[in-house]
Amino acid sequence: MADKARLRRRYRAERRFRWYGISATILGLLFLGAILVSTVVLGHSAFRQTYIKLDIFFDPKILTPDGKTDPDTLRQANYPAVVKFSLREMFPSVTKRNEQRQLFSLVSLGASDSLREQITANPALIGSRDSLWLLASDDVDQFIKGKIRPNAPENERQLNDLQMQWVHEIVARGLTNLRFNAAFFTNGDSREPEIAGILGAAKGSFYTLLVTLVLSFPIGIMAALYLQEFAPKNRITDMIEVNISNLAAVPSIVFGLLGLAVFLNFFGLPRSAPLVGGIVLALMTLPTIIIAARAAIMAVPPSIREAALAIGASPMQTALHHVVPLASPGMMTGAILGMARALGESAPLLMIGMVAFIADVPQGIMEPATVLPVQIYLWADSPEQAFVEKLAAGIMVLLTFLVMMNLLAVILRRRFEQKW
Amino acid sequence: MPESRINLHVKALARAVNVFYGEKQALSGINLDIPENHVTALIGPSGCGKSTFLRCLNRMNDIIDGCRVEGSITIDGADIYSKEQDVVQLRARVGMVFQKPNPFPKSIYENVAYGPRIHGMAANKKQLDDIVIDSLTRAGLINEVNDRLDAPGTSLSGGQQQRLCIARAIAVRPEMILMDEPCSALDPIATARIEELIDELRDNFTIVIVTHSMQQAARVSQRTAFFHLGELVETGATEQIFTNPRDSRTQAYITGRIG
Amino acid sequence: MPNSDQVQRAYPVLVKDWGPASAVFSDQGFARRRWWRALWEQPVYGLLVLSSALAIATTVGIILSLLFESLQFFHQVSLTEFLFGLEWHPQTALRADQIGSSGSFGAVPLFTGTLLISVIALLTAGPIGLFSAIFLAEYATKHIRDVVKPLLEILAGVPTVIYGFFAALIVAPSLRDAGGFLGVGISSESALAAGAVMGVMIIPIVSSLSDDVIASVPGSLREASLSLGATQSETIRNVVLPAALPGIVSAMLLAASRAIGETMIVVMAAGLSANLTANPFAAVTTITVQIVGLLTGDQEFDSPKTLAAFALGLVLFVVTLCLNITALRVVKKYREKYD
Repeated sequence: MADKARLRRRYRAERRFRWYGISATILGLLFLGAILVSTVVLGHSAFRQTYIKLDIFFDPKILTPDGKTDPDTLRQANYPAVVKFSLREMFPSVTKRNEQRQLFSLVSLGASDSLREQITANPALIGSRDSLWLLASDDVDQFIKGKIRPNAPENERQLNDLQMQWVHEIVARGLTNLRFNAAFFTNGDSREPEIAGILGAAKGSFYTLLVTLVLSFPIGIMAALYLQEFAPKNRITDMIEVNISNLAAVPSIVFGLLGLAVFLNFFGLPRSAPLVGGIVLALMTLPTIIIAARAAIMAVPPSIREAALAIGASPMQTALHHVVPLASPGMMTGAILGMARALGESAPLLMIGMVAFIADVPQGIMEPATVLPVQIYLWADSPEQAFVEKLAAGIMVLLTFLVMMNLLAVILRRRFEQKW
Repeated sequence: MPESRINLHVKALARAVNVFYGEKQALSGINLDIPENHVTALIGPSGCGKSTFLRCLNRMNDIIDGCRVEGSITIDGADIYSKEQDVVQLRARVGMVFQKPNPFPKSIYENVAYGPRIHGMAANKKQLDDIVIDSLTRAGLINEVNDRLDAPGTSLSGGQQQRLCIARAIAVRPEMILMDEPCSALDPIATARIEELIDELRDNFTIVIVTHSMQQAARVSQRTAFFHLGELVETGATEQIFTNPRDSRTQAYITGRIG
Repeated sequence: MPNSDQVQRAYPVLVKDWGPASAVFSDQGFARRRWWRALWEQPVYGLLVLSSALAIATTVGIILSLLFESLQFFHQVSLTEFLFGLEWHPQTALRADQIGSSGSFGAVPLFTGTLLISVIALLTAGPIGLFSAIFLAEYATKHIRDVVKPLLEILAGVPTVIYGFFAALIVAPSLRDAGGFLGVGISSESALAAGAVMGVMIIPIVSSLSDDVIASVPGSLREASLSLGATQSETIRNVVLPAALPGIVSAMLLAASRAIGETMIVVMAAGLSANLTANPFAAVTTITVQIVGLLTGDQEFDSPKTLAAFALGLVLFVVTLCLNITALRVVKKYREKYD
């Protein structure tokens, strides 16, 4: 009887242990799911932006007070006044100055920019009247998207009671609309959440990764080739190998310190430039690429080398003509995965000034830039609530790139996978 | 092919046993009686299914994915593949010694104490000590390890390790011990020690041994079963099998023409 | 000897006519080509050597730049104050000419803060990583394993800034609210939020390394234990895990090293104020947070404030290097035992 009880106890322990394993695994998967779901839940709304329909009168008295219509005048004309005029027409009862200011803040600064674009493209519009969809401010946008609780105390709300009343009226008249937020993909960063876009950071990432790839791929492959095919087995080679595996585990921020001390302060390269960011990330990804390339080279069977050597090829020719081509899919897979890692890296770039606020879209590797993950960090640091959805959307963009890179690596591996 | 009844108590009994690994049939229609307190040797060329059959007797095949056992195997009349049979208890009754010595990376003492401990066989430290000492004694190892029970099991020589594994198996007080080519990784002197030991153990345990060596089968066993290509060709008293086989395939094998 | 390249080029000729081939294989031809080959092979070889040497140069560069700046720092602030001082106020100066304008640089609160967050991370990742490794290696069918293992490893590929976002904007506020609900004061920059999310990040480090070592425990040991009538969990606990212990320990060490050096999560979710506390609900700061804090924004080089970042970087480098080397040693010893 005691035996039976003991056996039951042992089986209970078995089931419990197994359950620990299952629940730990499920928990891990749940975390992954939670991160992805919360990103999408918070970020999906950023792809649409609130617009308000305004009756705009391109008043020549405001835009061209002295009658000149040259491009310079048109560019510098007082478009905000046109918008304000339209809002005053819409709510004629609002007369107090501070109330008017609150009213004007419902429309984004970006609205004036779009009017400017229209007029400079077609000066003939001056004097005409038109109903135009113009960008609403971030607060209105958040309110329309239901992210501002209307029953929260007024001083904790981005829109006060009066503004909410106006917005309700605009909505009731059918003058608001959520449209696809193309600006998010075509603009650089901005202090105004409704204007801020990801393009500047994406291009910054592109230039940075370009530098990284150009440096780390050839150097990584050459180093791997030397270590795998040519290096004599001695203490120096051992040292290099230990060194590489340790370098792969050095915290990324330390590479940033290296970049700051050596490339910025010693060599005087420009701060915030993709060039320096690319160099730093190249040094950081180099160990990964070397390790992957060595594995690819190791997978090429010795018989290929023997065959080449046997017909009189030199070791160098054997390596370059036979080993490298056969190992190249594996090397490229490693490089793509290295680049994917570099794309997600931000800590070392903070050290070399790629964290500055930069509104312009960079046009080259020497111009100040930021990168996608740092842009996300910057938005996370901003106080405006509307940046939360932007940063989550930024994460979605970043993840899309990462998924594409990883898929590419998988396809490459499947396609060229060779069984010797 | 039930063999002619002999005056022995049958410990285990296999009837119409088929074993499949996925689609592949590894054993077909095995009928075999295993007499109590005897050594039964399973011989035959590699891949003939003798190890597969051995592993059916303590259901070690259960842990192999896609392995399926048909037919009936009974020990003391109880079907070991029935739903009521608990695998853990079955394995406590049917111990096993493997081809390569596989002591746990623990001390010699802990290796032997492992089984009794998980089965709760000792109420206190003293009883456990007694079981360990007794098992090591029966395995003929005690004199060699008495002063270093705390040394790791892996520090012993190959032959000593295998005897440690035997001690580990008998510490659980099984009724049967299965041995899967227990001497194949050992030198001749160590092999001789194990063979002597098997002969001594016969008094208390029913032993089934798979062996590659016909000499070993002849030396240690009383009964021999010859497997060939997944079939049981012939069983009988060891002496009869080696001197007067009935089947021509057995004849061919023991004279070295197949194997 | 002709090389493969030339043979390939000469091949159509060989098929048609042996005549020109004899010129290709003439002694003179060999000598000329060997000379050419040496001419381009030597520089290429040099390039390969240089590329490998870059790895060493990077390490040397890291060590030299950290050491150089740190030495300057220790001219201004004593090593003992840095290593044992309890007050960290790098920017207390209101005016440049003020006495004590350099602030105080006792890094102990940063060390303890880093330790606290790393311990929380390991307490999260250790059990989850280890048990999921056990499940995947010992219990899961091949089908489940093939699906779940890559999914879990995605966690290692998610950029750290995303974890930072998750910690700062999802986990930390929820914890604070939950604390408020339960009447426990939880800071919105609590060590718990940063540490737990960091733990999620390092789950794959623990699980995939542990999985590897568990899988490399010889099957014969499992069989021996099962054949004695042990259940599967008894086998895992008493035989498999003890045998795999060195590998599991080194997985934990690597995970710890990763946690100590992690930057973005703590920059976004942990605090800037250097509190000396072991309370997981309080805000603490870490070495990496301070490095970022000291080096971003306005900075004058050679001020103790910026130099302090390099001293912290040196500490970080040395500590993680020691952890990594120990981990690699342990795992290598283990591999030798079973290979």
